[in-house]
Parts: sequence; structure tokens; C-alpha cells
Amino acid sequence: MTTTDNPTASPYTDTTEGRVFTVTGGDWEETLGRGEIGDERIVVNMGPQHPSTHGVLRLVLEIEGESVTDCRLVIGYLHTGIEKSCEYRTWTQATTFLTRCDYLSPFYNECAYVLGVEKLLGIADEIPQRAQVIRVMMMELCRISSHLTWLATGGMEIGALTAMTNGFRDKELVLDIFEMVTGSRMNHAYFRPGGVAIDLPPDAPAKIREFLPYFHKKLDEYDVLVTGTAPVRGRLLDVGHLDAQGALALGVTGPLLRAAGVPWDLRKTMPYCGYETYDFDVAVAQEGDSWARYLVRMREMRESLRIIEQCLDRLEPGPVMVGDKKIGWPAQLSLGADGLGNSLDHIKHIMGTSMEALIHHFKLVTEGFRVPAGQAYTAIESPRGELGCHVVSDGGTRPVRVHLRDPSFVNLQSAPAMCIGTFVADVIVSVASIDPVMGGVDR
Amino acid sequence: MTESPSGRQLLPVVTNTPVVETGMFGVHGPGDTSGFGGLVRRARPIIPTPQPWGSWFDDAYAAFTAHEGMADAVEAVVIEHGEMTIHIKRESLVAALQVMRDDPALAFQLLSSLSGVDYLDDTTGRRLHVAYHLTSLTHLRRLRVEVSVSVDDPHIPSAIPVYPTADWQERETWDMFGVVFDGHEGLTRILMPDDWVGHPQRKDYPLGGIPVEYKGAEIPPPDERRRY
Repeated sequence: MTTTDNPTASPYTDTTEGRVFTVTGGDWEETLGRGEIGDERIVVNMGPQHPSTHGVLRLVLEIEGESVTDCRLVIGYLHTGIEKSCEYRTWTQATTFLTRCDYLSPFYNECAYVLGVEKLLGIADEIPQRAQVIRVMMMELCRISSHLTWLATGGMEIGALTAMTNGFRDKELVLDIFEMVTGSRMNHAYFRPGGVAIDLPPDAPAKIREFLPYFHKKLDEYDVLVTGTAPVRGRLLDVGHLDAQGALALGVTGPLLRAAGVPWDLRKTMPYCGYETYDFDVAVAQEGDSWARYLVRMREMRESLRIIEQCLDRLEPGPVMVGDKKIGWPAQLSLGADGLGNSLDHIKHIMGTSMEALIHHFKLVTEGFRVPAGQAYTAIESPRGELGCHVVSDGGTRPVRVHLRDPSFVNLQSAPAMCIGTFVADVIVSVASIDPVMGGVDR
Repeated sequence: MTESPSGRQLLPVVTNTPVVETGMFGVHGPGDTSGFGGLVRRARPIIPTPQPWGSWFDDAYAAFTAHEGMADAVEAVVIEHGEMTIHIKRESLVAALQVMRDDPALAFQLLSSLSGVDYLDDTTGRRLHVAYHLTSLTHLRRLRVEVSVSVDDPHIPSAIPVYPTADWQERETWDMFGVVFDGHEGLTRILMPDDWVGHPQRKDYPLGGIPVEYKGAEIPPPDERRRY
């Protein structure tokens, strides 16, 4: 006999195929009591197409009841050979590929790479001030849009759908700013070796300034709607532990490391793009669990707003590309309704009035510039941790090697350490708290 | 290092290594009115930078070589673009990494990045290089350790005993370059499918691609286009 109250359920559970279990779980206690499940391990395949795995991540879970006894990750479903493709393009064209790696933080991919190229070119000190300020501003806006995506998808995965709708709503506003400045909402290829592709449109600073108080208010709303609610806290607290020692051994950086009590933020410890001149705090928490990571990321968005405000105050008129005409992109681009394009004035200049300008344009656009032989490693603090770029040149017009040390790729290694021994439901929380972006993991 | 008129540092001129490429765009002989056919590109050897290097490099190197066997493990030290690269013999790699991590004067707690590079015309014949980018959270420094092996004998000891984070990065380097990390317990492909043949990021592995027709003209795939 069965203990279920369902009047339509069959009273018999023994068949010729063995014992039948009620799917609704009504006979759970009886089953456990008979000791039939106790030593039975099941391997469950989660992903690669699964709404809770942040894209095409595949988890192979070995579970015993609800407990995870082993966890393996399978990646590579989004591998597009970006690093290899860069080796067949000019140094400038490579930004178009790299921006597509971690699609939630395109500016960071570009920045790590262009800093490396600028180091090899020896022009790191010659980048115009305005270009550096624009870079910092776009990166911090991007940190907000990336963290909002984390909040939205992470919230959705634990059932906090208000976090999702609100997060995506505000992320769209940041993407509107990106579209206004670069012509595209994602995959901008806006940072170029030597500066940025095009100056800010005249009304962009005002639009960004308008966003700041709005988003401050929204962050307060998030605290009421999401942070302060018991279900969210209860779901994240004490889940997915990773202490500082474990994090460093596994190479984990970014909010995960800071949530474990290590105030390691490359913007402070190894500054680039002039971050040492901005006034902001590094968000740190001590507990090393998903809740601590949540708090760190929420706090980081507020700090990003502080930095953006300082950027706006610092925007002085000036060039946005290095003065060296042998490196700076010759075309003065213009921003149209369909994205970035050549400026008609420039086309008129090279096609109608100056043969030398045409030759210069042709040489630089088709052949590109040469980068002195050598190698460089530059790292920046992306929303997910240390985003490094190892660039190697043989003195030619194309990179010999471009390698992105993507924080998602390295951080994802810590998932088994967080998941083994916990419940299946907590696996989703743990993976969401790593915030992996598969475009960056697989490149 | 020398300085150009504009004040930028230039790398040493190499004149005695094998020529690996001549000309540009494949033009040679009497048809070449551009003169580009006369250009030569030579293999670029690893040129050790003479001491003193300045900055923190000399002290850190002294602390490193004070450990037993480490002075012999170093093949060359190169300082360029303000970055230090120590080329290490592969049999001493794990011991060297251990020293780098545990000596308080060095204290490189974090292996930031591990990546392969294929220098097709390496003058020593060991064209597969693996670069270990170490980060010291204590001293706020970065250091590159580099190991090179030949394609016929692509074995390097695994760095996992010292830096567990090397796990996936070594798998990626095996996948992309075919470097075998001895001692790695699950050295399988990570980005490419399990049954893939070849190692895609080697320089002699083709990029692939098909020609594209655009407005009546045929544009060759990227790896067959004109190179400069």
C-alpha cells in the first residue's frame, strides 16, 4: 500500500519492471525507510541548454538524493576561435573580435587588449587625457550593466522575478547610453590602440548625468525589493562557500575574492587608465558565500556611480586619439542611425582633394601599423575579476598571439569546490554567484 | 636597448639569424617595381638583457637564484616594456614555481594566466612556449616565467601541485597547442570537441574559411589574403 492521499493513485507499486515510485514524491519517506535509495547514485546532466546555467554551460552532477556528491563542468560549446582569428587581422581589427568574448563586458575585453598593444608600441603615456576619462567612464557604466545582468539572471534563477524585470529594465538604459556613444548596444569595438574610435556625441554627458540620480534611486529600490527580503537572503546565505585561501589557489579573483575578505581590486592595487586619481572604495565582505558576493556586487554599482560622476566632471575638450598619425585611425568616423561609419567629410577629403591623405588612409587601413616585437601582459579589473591580455608581436602588422585570461574561465573552476556536498538547488545559486559568461569562458 | 629619435625604445637589431621570410605580397624578380621584394625578416632569438635591470628586478632575481639549483635553472632573463621574463628549463619548472610562491621576498601567490605561444621560427627549435604570468599580492608585482619545448617532445611538468588554478589553463594549452603537461590527471580537450584532430592554435594549423563573393568580386578567406 502507498501512503499517498491521491485517490486515483494505484495502490500497487510492485510491477514486473521492479518497483514504481510516485513521481509526486508522496512515497518519499516510505522509500527512504526501506533503504532502497540509500546507496543509489544518479548522474544528472544539467545543460548545456538550461535556463539556470547562464548560457551553454554543462554541469554533470552526481547526486545521491538531493545531495551533490560530484560535479564536473563541461565547456567549449561557445568556442569560436577568437584568439586564432586575431592572428589573421591587423592590430586594430582585433578589437572587433575581442569585444565579442565576454559579451556582457565588451569594453573590458577591448581595454585589456589595447593597453597591451599600447605598452608594446610604447605610447602608454601618450594617450590623451580625454580618451582615458572616456574609457574609465564607459567601463564603469559597463560594470553597472554587467552587474545588472547578473542581478537579473541570478534573481530569475532563484525565483526572484522582480529582480529580473527591474534589472533588465535599468540595464536597457545603460545600453541606450552605449548605443548613443558607440552606435551599438553590445560588441562596440570602441576602444582602439591609441585612444577611442570616436568622441562622445555632444549630448552624451548630459544623458549620462541624467542617469546617475535615477540609478541611485533605483539602487535604493533594489535594496527594498530584493536585498531586504527574507527569501533572497535565505536562499543565498551560507551557500557556495569559498574562502580566501581556496580562492587564491584556484586563481579566483574579482567579487568572489573580495567577498572572501581580500581587498584585491586591480583598480586600486595595480591602477591603469588613471584609476589611481579617482576617489572610490573597494567593496569587501568577509563571509565568502553567495550572500557576501551579492552584497559586494550591489555595493560596487554604487561605487561605479561615484567614478562616473568624477569622469563627467573631468571631461575636458581635447583629442581622443594619440597624436601619432602613423597609429591613429585616419578616418574621422561619424555616428549615424545605423551605427558607426565613415564621415562623409573625410571621404570627400581623401577622394577629392588630397592624394597623400588617400595613400595614408589606404596604407593604415589595409596594411595597419607595425608593433615592435615583444610580449606584454596587461590586466584590468573586469566585473568578474582579473581580465588579462597576453599579446605577442613579431614586429609585424598582425598579432602573433592574443590570449585573454578571462576571469569567467578561471573562476568557473571553483564551482565543484562550492557545489560538492550541497543540495542540487544550491548548485544553481553557487554558479549564479560566480557570474560566468560563456562567451568569455569559451572565447 | 637603444632609443629612436622620438625617444621610444627600440629592440636590438638582429643580423645573424636565419631568414624566415623575404619580400612582401609575394612579389619577386623583375616585376617587382616596389622594392618590397628585397625585404627580409629574420628569426628573432631570445636576447638576454644584461644586468643591472633596475626597479625591483635585480633584488627579486637575487632572492630567486639564492635557492639551491635555481641559478642553473635559468636560461635567460629578458626585460622589455617594464616586464620581467625568466626563461626556465622545463625540468626545474615546478621547483622554480614553488620558490616563486613560497619565498617571502618573491611571494607570487597567484598564477594569473598560463598561455601557450607558438613561435614558428624559434632559433633553438623549441617553438612551443608556455608563459606563466605570476602575480604577487604582497609586493604588487607581476613576473613572467617562460618554458619552451619542441614539437617532437612537447612535455612540460604540470604546475598544478603549486598552483591548482593551472588545471583548466593547462587543458586549454594542451587543446590549442598540444603541449603535454606531465602529471596532470585529466589532460583532456576543453574547448574543442573530444574527437578533434590537431591543435588549432599552432601556427601551421590553417585558419580555414571559404572565399566570399561580394558585389561581383571574390574575396579570399582571411588566411589567404595578402600579408604585409
